[in-house]
Amino acid sequence: MKQLLIISGKGGTGKTTLATAFIKLGQPSAFADCDVEAPNLHLLLEMPDLGKITDYYGMDKAGIDRDICVGCGLCATYCRFGAIKKQGNYYGIESIKCEGCGVCEYICPEKAITMEQVVSGKLKLYTTKDYIFSTARLRMGYGVSGKLVASVKKQLLDAVDQTVQTKEKHLVVIDGSPGIGCPVIASLSGVDMALIVTEPSVSGISDLKRLIQTAKIFKIALSVCINKYDIDRDNSNLIQQLCEDENIPMVGKIPFDTNAFEAAKNGRSVIDYNSGATEAIKQIWTNLIKQL
Amino acid sequence: MKIAVLSGKGGTGKTFVAVNLATAIPNSIYLDCDVEEPNGNLFFRTDIITTEIVRVKVPTVDQAKCNGCRQCVEFCKFNALAHIGNQLMIFDQICHSCGGCTLVCPEDALKEVDKPVGRVEIGRYGNRTIISGIMDPGEESGVPIITHLFKQINAQNRTQIIDCPAGSSCTVIESIQDVDYCLLVTEPTRLSLDNLKMVYELASLLNKPCGIVINKYSNTSNPIEQFCVANNIPILSKIDFDLRLAEICARGIIAVEDNENYQVAFSSLHQAILKEINT
Repeated sequence: MKQLLIISGKGGTGKTTLATAFIKLGQPSAFADCDVEAPNLHLLLEMPDLGKITDYYGMDKAGIDRDICVGCGLCATYCRFGAIKKQGNYYGIESIKCEGCGVCEYICPEKAITMEQVVSGKLKLYTTKDYIFSTARLRMGYGVSGKLVASVKKQLLDAVDQTVQTKEKHLVVIDGSPGIGCPVIASLSGVDMALIVTEPSVSGISDLKRLIQTAKIFKIALSVCINKYDIDRDNSNLIQQLCEDENIPMVGKIPFDTNAFEAAKNGRSVIDYNSGATEAIKQIWTNLIKQL
Repeated sequence: MKIAVLSGKGGTGKTFVAVNLATAIPNSIYLDCDVEEPNGNLFFRTDIITTEIVRVKVPTVDQAKCNGCRQCVEFCKFNALAHIGNQLMIFDQICHSCGGCTLVCPEDALKEVDKPVGRVEIGRYGNRTIISGIMDPGEESGVPIITHLFKQINAQNRTQIIDCPAGSSCTVIESIQDVDYCLLVTEPTRLSLDNLKMVYELASLLNKPCGIVINKYSNTSNPIEQFCVANNIPILSKIDFDLRLAEICARGIIAVEDNENYQVAFSSLHQAILKEINT
């Protein structure tokens, strides 16, 4: 089984557009949306509203029992996240700031604090005879998303283990999230290749460099493609040069195409439109399969 | 006054709106809180006046004192410690700096040391101050950098424009915690709508008033306007789709300095926000 992850550094360069196109072209047996803070793959794939939903429990949150609290304030002194505030004679937890470390529970001399499980998101799993699709949505205000990303991948791989007999030939396509922080790092683990979708802007180039640096630390094999390459050909050439210097294969360039924006507007895949971008995406897919 | 610019979905034009709004407001402060991918200064290109290294506390172990009791390993909710082959191992990158391990160690074998995780750069652009948070690649969390960044401000009634990260997690929460107003930048597409709903929910959870900017607008019916009407969220600006705008942004040019129409559009946006806050 091979895992292909699609990431970008900068947001909005076309990760989900490409993931959708690849899923339609390659018909992989399993795919996942790891952008749990802004999941969209289910929309572009026009998934029916089925799928098994399970609660995701992230980090616990502290709770103070007012009947036991004597108002000594030790918890507030030790909390590094500013999550405990004096409220009258007692102390209270500002849930949104609590990271669930448990230091307050440990330090409280009265045992007035307990760590409580909270639902921090929803996981969703589609299992059909043709494919497995794993996705999730972070609950707003419940912070840390890296752990949820890891759960999306685990849910996917567990389901693959249970249902797919011959894993060797199988390909898993994973739609990632923007940035270089914890959700991206969580999505990198175990992948065979990460495809970076960039665009020829000063922002795209800067973000690409930072993402390459991050992927190198975790020793991930990379490929790069440029979306809307003809918006700025000089910048596209800079990206090409950067990839040559870094020894990263350039698997394709997609022209700017108003059909792509039309497609996004209507929540459809660009692959369903007959356009210049479609041919380029097909070529990228072929090149990626070779790389993998 | 503090105005946050956020979007949920990436690439809708947060940095474009934040940079141009800050440029349209004399004497403003622009804060780049997208510390994973900070791009604001690719447009301002200021000389950096000061650079501050941001450090967090992480544990270090004195292996000679460690007796392998594993109390720290069991305590750490972030799995940043492991005891493997008679050695305590510490995974700095996923440590949340809570200090718990040093508290529970009965042998006094753990100490906290400073570890750099990024930097804050401050520069000037005319009469504006540009502050950028930059996380080191390989680090997991940008939150400490954002916290540090806000400490650098000497506001004196200056308008602050806060360019937020994409998404809707802890770094976004940290960025909008103390703001007066949230400007949500979106595109007139179905994909953006879903993500817009998420950040709108987040901002509402923090009791922040919100207004919408529709970027890449075209004069056809779109789901964003229906959502805004239904939820009574004001649409403060519509920026028409314009290929030339994409081209100048790709080169790092500030639109309000390139074209008077954008100067007018962003000044009106500023006035519209002021009106919203004061009513």
